[in-house]
Amino acid sequence: MKDRYDVLVIGAGPAGSIAAKTAAEKGLDVLLIEKRQEIGDPVRCAEGVNKEYLKKHVEIDKQWICADLKGSYIFSPDGTRIEMAEEISGGEVGYVLERKVFDRALAEQAAAVGAEVRVKTRATGLIIEDDFVKGARLMHLGKEYEVRASIVIGADGVESKVGRWAGIDTALKPIDIETCAQYLIAGADVNQEYCEFYIGNEVAPGGYVWVFPKGEGKANVGIGILGSKMGKFKPRPVDYLNDFLQKRFPDARIVEMVFGGVPVSGSIEKTSANGLMLVGDAARQSDPITGGGILNAMDAGKLAGEAAYAAISAGDVSLGKLEEEYEKKWRATVGHEIDMSLIVKNCFINLTDADLDSLAHSLKDVKFERMSLLDLLQALFKANKKLLWDLRVLFKDAAKEVIKNRT
Amino acid sequence: MSININRYKCGYCGACVGVCPKGALELVETWIEVDESVCIVCGICDRICPVGAIEVMK
Ligand SMILES: Cc1cc2nc3c(=O)[nH]c(=O)nc-3n(C[C@H](O)[C@H](O)[C@H](O)COP(=O)(O)OP(=O)(O)OC[C@H]3O[C@@H](n4cnc5c(N)ncnc54)[C@H](O)[C@@H]3O)c2cc1C
Ligand code: SF4
Ligand code: SF4
Repeated sequence: MKDRYDVLVIGAGPAGSIAAKTAAEKGLDVLLIEKRQEIGDPVRCAEGVNKEYLKKHVEIDKQWICADLKGSYIFSPDGTRIEMAEEISGGEVGYVLERKVFDRALAEQAAAVGAEVRVKTRATGLIIEDDFVKGARLMHLGKEYEVRASIVIGADGVESKVGRWAGIDTALKPIDIETCAQYLIAGADVNQEYCEFYIGNEVAPGGYVWVFPKGEGKANVGIGILGSKMGKFKPRPVDYLNDFLQKRFPDARIVEMVFGGVPVSGSIEKTSANGLMLVGDAARQSDPITGGGILNAMDAGKLAGEAAYAAISAGDVSLGKLEEEYEKKWRATVGHEIDMSLIVKNCFINLTDADLDSLAHSLKDVKFERMSLLDLLQALFKANKKLLWDLRVLFKDAAKEVIKNRT
Repeated sequence: MSININRYKCGYCGACVGVCPKGALELVETWIEVDESVCIVCGICDRICPVGAIEVMK
């Protein structure tokens, strides 16, 4: 480990590895650190990603694909099933990954283009001088180091401290986090071509249960519950999960346990400071409805890597420059999607199980192969006018999309 | 005041670290460390732990 780099990336999840790779590819001297001794382990993820979207970032490697899906089923509280073909299911289906292998492969790709990678290396604070972030204090195998860099990228996930050290309050309120428990199950009868989602206040208050096939008869069965719906004397995600498993897969064997939190706050006010950018879950860039964050993290990582290059080349790493090179760009893409999702989330968390059932009944007969957002909204309108009013902002967006597709 | 973490139950997921308004928690590998000098005993960590491994007592 040297004393100085162009870019220091803290956290080797998908966001950090893509940021490090992008910056190193452009010829910058990059250090990527990860506090854990193994990149990608323990996993905190259901591992579902949209195929086409993933291909934009990496070449697909069979080594980290566990299942290739046809679509998904959504079950409403009374058991009504809605089928969605792959193309329109959105961010959550396509491939089910093996993230232990995937995350490490991304870090290896960063290393292959010249980034230095250090595991068991934890950032413990930032070096801040003249109101500029100038590097970080690191702890590696019990020894402390000071590493300086022109730009620090905070990719430290849901636990993120990097932003807080620079004065950006990223603390999540209970309503801003889905807390999750998941089992990898084996020995059960799992449909390997479809993923399943179960919604309703009885199975998962303010969240959902998912069943994602993982190949060879296995599946990730997990649940996310909105933090604001939890309380000291209420059941925990793990209790709901045990109940669900007992009912749906009574013969399953649990071969792995996963816990975690996903930010569902929507975009936060600020993700840059002088000499600093936040990416991925650290920047609260996961989707407020689905909790999906891998692809957003990769998108933001790429933008931040490019922004680091532009800023360092221009000799200006100030907040103003980073806002122009990074902040503006992610808000126009990833950020816009997140903000739309937040509107839907805020609307859905207040629906009763009866509302959800009536929605499902009206969606059951929609021809989903050619469903656009507009069709979906029409179906929603039939079921619940109030809901449509709450979602009216999306309508504008759907109309724009229709116009765009025509031209 | 005290914070008890059942290390045998904790799934070292870091969710509690992300919600702590004071940054009093830190996850080091499989270990949650508490800085009791900054904790304000708000109980949010206790409320959101997916397994109930953290207990905040006023
Ligand atoms: C149960 C669950 C299910 C999910 N399911 C899906 C899904 O199906 N599809 C999907 O797209 N997303 C899913 N997500 C969300 C997804 O896992 C995250 O959005 C994604 O991992 C974010 O990537 P990241 O690189 O920002 O952060 P992370 O992958 O969390 O990586 C951050 C890294 O930083 C390290 N780090 C933290 N602090 C420090 C420090 N001080 N010094 C050094 N290193 C540090 C951490 O150890 C970690 O390795 C799920 C999340 C959970 C919890
Ligand atoms: S939220 Fe609970 S399981 Fe997760 S790290 Fe904190 S104490 Fe452990
Ligand atoms: S009680 Fe509140 S301040 Fe104390 S560790 Fe838990 S979340 Fe942080």
